[in-house]
Amino acid sequence: MASSPILSLASSTASSALPCRRRFLHNLKATSNQMTFLGNDHINSKQSFFRTSMSVAVENSKFTDITMAPPDPILGVSEAFRADTNEMKLNLGVGAYRTEDLQPYVLNVVKKAETLMLEWAENKEYLPIEGLAAFNKATAELLFGTENPVILQQRVATVQGLSGTGSLRLAAALIERYFPSSKVLISSPTWGNHKNIFNDARVPWSEYRYYDPKTVGLDFDGMISDIKAAPEGSFVLLHGCAHNPTGIDPTPEQWEIIADVIQEKNHIPFFDVAYQGFASGSLDKDASSVRMFAARGLELLIAQSYSKNLGLYAERIGAINVVCSSSDVAHRVKSQLKRLARPMYSNPPIHGARIVANIVGNSDLFSEWKEEMASMAGRIKSVRKKLYDSLCAKDNSGKDWSFILKQIGMFSFTGLNKAQSDNMTNKWHVYMTKDGRISLAGLSSANCEYLADAIIDSYHNVS
Amino acid sequence: MAHLIRVGCSGRLSKYSSVVGATRSMSTAWWRHVEPAPKDPILGVSEAFLADPSPHKVNVGVGAYRDDNGKPVVLNCVREAERRIGGNLNMEYLPMGGSVKMVEETLKLAYGDNSDLIKDKRIAAVQALSGTGACRLFADFQKRFSPDSHVYIPVPTWSNHHNIWRDANVPQRTFHYYHPETKGLDFASMMDDIKNAPNGSFFLLHACAHNPTGVDPTEEQWKEISYQFKVKGHFAFFDMAYQGFASGDPERDAKSIRIFLEDGHQIGCSQSYAKNMGLYGQRVGCLSVVCEDEKQAVAVKSQLQQLARPMYSNPPVHGALIVSTILGDPELKNLWLKEVKGMADRIIGMRTALRENLENLGSPLSWEHVTKQIGMFCYSGMTPEQVDRLTNEFHIYMTRNGRISMAGVTTGNVGYLAKAIHEVTKSS
Repeated sequence: MASSPILSLASSTASSALPCRRRFLHNLKATSNQMTFLGNDHINSKQSFFRTSMSVAVENSKFTDITMAPPDPILGVSEAFRADTNEMKLNLGVGAYRTEDLQPYVLNVVKKAETLMLEWAENKEYLPIEGLAAFNKATAELLFGTENPVILQQRVATVQGLSGTGSLRLAAALIERYFPSSKVLISSPTWGNHKNIFNDARVPWSEYRYYDPKTVGLDFDGMISDIKAAPEGSFVLLHGCAHNPTGIDPTPEQWEIIADVIQEKNHIPFFDVAYQGFASGSLDKDASSVRMFAARGLELLIAQSYSKNLGLYAERIGAINVVCSSSDVAHRVKSQLKRLARPMYSNPPIHGARIVANIVGNSDLFSEWKEEMASMAGRIKSVRKKLYDSLCAKDNSGKDWSFILKQIGMFSFTGLNKAQSDNMTNKWHVYMTKDGRISLAGLSSANCEYLADAIIDSYHNVS
Repeated sequence: MAHLIRVGCSGRLSKYSSVVGATRSMSTAWWRHVEPAPKDPILGVSEAFLADPSPHKVNVGVGAYRDDNGKPVVLNCVREAERRIGGNLNMEYLPMGGSVKMVEETLKLAYGDNSDLIKDKRIAAVQALSGTGACRLFADFQKRFSPDSHVYIPVPTWSNHHNIWRDANVPQRTFHYYHPETKGLDFASMMDDIKNAPNGSFFLLHACAHNPTGVDPTEEQWKEISYQFKVKGHFAFFDMAYQGFASGDPERDAKSIRIFLEDGHQIGCSQSYAKNMGLYGQRVGCLSVVCEDEKQAVAVKSQLQQLARPMYSNPPVHGALIVSTILGDPELKNLWLKEVKGMADRIIGMRTALRENLENLGSPLSWEHVTKQIGMFCYSGMTPEQVDRLTNEFHIYMTRNGRISMAGVTTGNVGYLAKAIHEVTKSS
């Protein structure tokens, strides 16, 4: 680095330490293979020569020790995919819905809602900290049903959040502030960002068994046992439907037992509902686990996202709901959620909230949405079937691939390990996450056979 | 407050241990110990205003621009940009760092179109959730990578600054800024504080149109501040929420930053499009951190993204598209510059009108500061009690620190406002 000798001469403090730190950074770059995921421009080691006028009295950078953060295991996949020039490449990484032509899909109802919004030409004033009132009403009703007692009794504190992530983060911050000695139980495995959220919010967490690699199914006994073993009053993070990354959901009977155990241990259920409508195709059906818990009179936390089911990914629209014992408590909880949001982003973005409120609030648009939802979920189900059929047809080993059919939602947990997943990428240009998760939303029926070949090869020939 | 929470918490634990036997009944109320949060001192004002049925009510609370009819404004350049992007493309996730195009254009505004720092790719920059989000990301970044540092915050400042660095767990110290006697800058004390702070301290500076006082250092004063920062090796973090809104000219409003850059400071900067593009509710802004070289900038950017990921994953697209459409098109950009100047000019006009009205009413006090202060706000010098009288007797809503949002003043209400202010201050 041509600039370092100049810098070490010019700096006034800790100059003797500076060359050492630069060497450390240099070594880090040389050995890390994580750099490849980041695209071309950063690797270009264009020399940046210090302008002599600026080297006078420039203070030492306070950030010299800062190392490169690892690429995000999920979002980093898309970046790597984009950089790949192979024509067979498949992006089965991030959970973003694609049409059969592998194009992103803007729902018709969303286009209609946006057209209406353009015509109405409403203003862009700040929303209240808790978000758009019409959205908050719509989102809670969608989750619980308009006639649900928790809604009628006004026992739900609902605050618009920055999609699922932002809503989870608000809940985590609430837990940290009001239950500083409690921990969150998360499934093993779970969405990669859950741990980051609780870590950054300084909420301790531990895992409960969930995925059984032997059956590629639910380790129900392990799950129940771990939830029972946790200290009383723990928060149990549950995926409302279409578990991410496994696609494995408890059956209705199993949900009842989970609820029993949670009640026995006085735990607090904490639902992440990112795929309402995407699991079965029915918005109501996919909310049944949440509604069953609420019907038992439990207090619960629920984070929602409209990224997938309304395709509003980049608008960042979701909500955190806290079902409380009374409307008075709900009122207070809502005020504290606001107090956490204010120093994070002041108030949430309007655009996505208006889209959702306009769709859910208009019976024609709402019906049309339900149809589009069903057809998106339907495409995924049919692609699952095609993949399963291709695997059965091509694989002569007698391996049981039926877990693919049993799983639900956007993702499938293939059971491939890290080395096998790497083989998928390196040899077959199939981009997926290292835990063996593939996003069926990114699969077209035309690609099922190619994918089947890749999976069979990786499973049998790589260990 | 934390102590109260913990007492409540342990109270709850002992309470429910006796209830543990009951399974199917309504479970213990987990949240009973949650106190109602105090109203936000700024956003709470708007809530109160909305609830007031009086026909005479005036909202000079939150800093949101209003036209001369007191109506919110969506700029023409924004409407046009929305038409162009309407029903378009897709809504796929932006990269974690946000819209690249938007960030590029935004950096040019702060650092200059021909900035060497931009050419040399020495700036780590990410799209952020408006100014709040940019400040919060920086505060979290400061905590993580300078864990022993404090932040020096001017007195007074936007109240949410305190919330942001507090929730990021960065301890705060203050430095002198506003001089109540002159209703201007307490430059001498400010310089003392800068000199007395330990070397290498982090300082929060308002780039222009200080909120809430409207009092900005002069160019000469900024140069002295910059020099002293060099001597002390301090880090300057600029919150620039009003570029364009102060003088009407964005280049001029960035002068403080340019002075620091010329002197070789590696600054941090929060930028917001809430006011100057009227994109309040879209939550569009940018956080930038100047680094020693491109490699460091890449590393720092990756760490900023790492902080954003567990907060909101990636930022919202709509507002970013509006910004990049406008700034990326010379015609639209020119329209924007005209409209920003128009907004700034209207405010300057209202300052003059308010001052004249008060002087014509024969106020015993000096109201010179109304026209000397700059930007959206006027720090009137009124006490909380006087503000309460304005609200209770005259239905005029503002924050209790006496800050008047001039953006809420119109030719229609300036007379009423002046009369009310005169009424509550004439005997002081």
